Amino acid sequence: MGGNSPCASCKLLRRRCAKDCVFAPYFPSDDPHKFAIVHKVFGASNVSKMLQELSVHQRADAVSSLVYEANARMRDPVYGCVGAISYLQNQVSQLQMQLAVAQAEILCIQMQNEPVMPTPQMDPEDDKSFLLQNNLPQYLNFASSSNVIHDSLKRESIFGDIVS
Amino acid sequence: MINGRCSACKYLRRKCPLDCIFSPYFPSNDPERFSCVHKIYGSSNVGKMLQQLPVHLRAAAADCLCYEARCRIQDPVYGCVGIISLLYQQIHSAENQLAETKAEIAVLAVNKNFQI
Repeated sequence: MGGNSPCASCKLLRRRCAKDCVFAPYFPSDDPHKFAIVHKVFGASNVSKMLQELSVHQRADAVSSLVYEANARMRDPVYGCVGAISYLQNQVSQLQMQLAVAQAEILCIQMQNEPVMPTPQMDPEDDKSFLLQNNLPQYLNFASSSNVIHDSLKRESIFGDIVS
Repeated sequence: MINGRCSACKYLRRKCPLDCIFSPYFPSNDPERFSCVHKIYGSSNVGKMLQQLPVHLRAAAADCLCYEARCRIQDPVYGCVGIISLLYQQIHSAENQLAETKAEIAVLAVNKNFQI
């Protein structure tokens, strides 16, 4: 941000906005609230260190995520973003259960539709073989929501999916 | 803490007063916990955030701050927002799968009615 107008950060911090100000590209002067909230939660010094440790092309996304977290913390001073994570994990679990029920229903319908065929080669004592032949496990196929923390977190644009 | 300092006061190299805001939530046997929140939020901000909450909510808040700080250290660009994004993607995918499965059930039900 060149010219005479200091960025929102330097305005709040009441200092001169240098040409190479680390905050200026991400905290324009027309949105003072954005920096105010990040400063309140993380502190200007910490934000500056975090941005400086990143390459330039990563900083915009980092600022957006910091703003998101700061907003979440202001809305919910106890749980912050963790509240949202907990709620969403619940939703994923419920959907997975509904999916499992629906897939089991398909299986039942398909089994009902299959004609009953005599299988003289089957050992009448080995009832398990009927189930194994129908490959039950393949119908119970849903994504796991466990270990989301350590899954890959790199993506180009995530903030369009987040409902604020 | 009477005999020892909490991990926050140890980290900050100061005396741990009897009414230390950090000591119930940052015990001395877990120094990493405080160093994470200090790195991301700063001790002053953490202290203010805890002080603004009623006592019975501070433990939960400290745990959440630690969690978010650790996420940010592991992923300096997205922090725990990366996890939120992933969960939204999983929800979207599961909803699509569920809709497809329900449509399949509807088709099977219709076919079954025609056969009767």
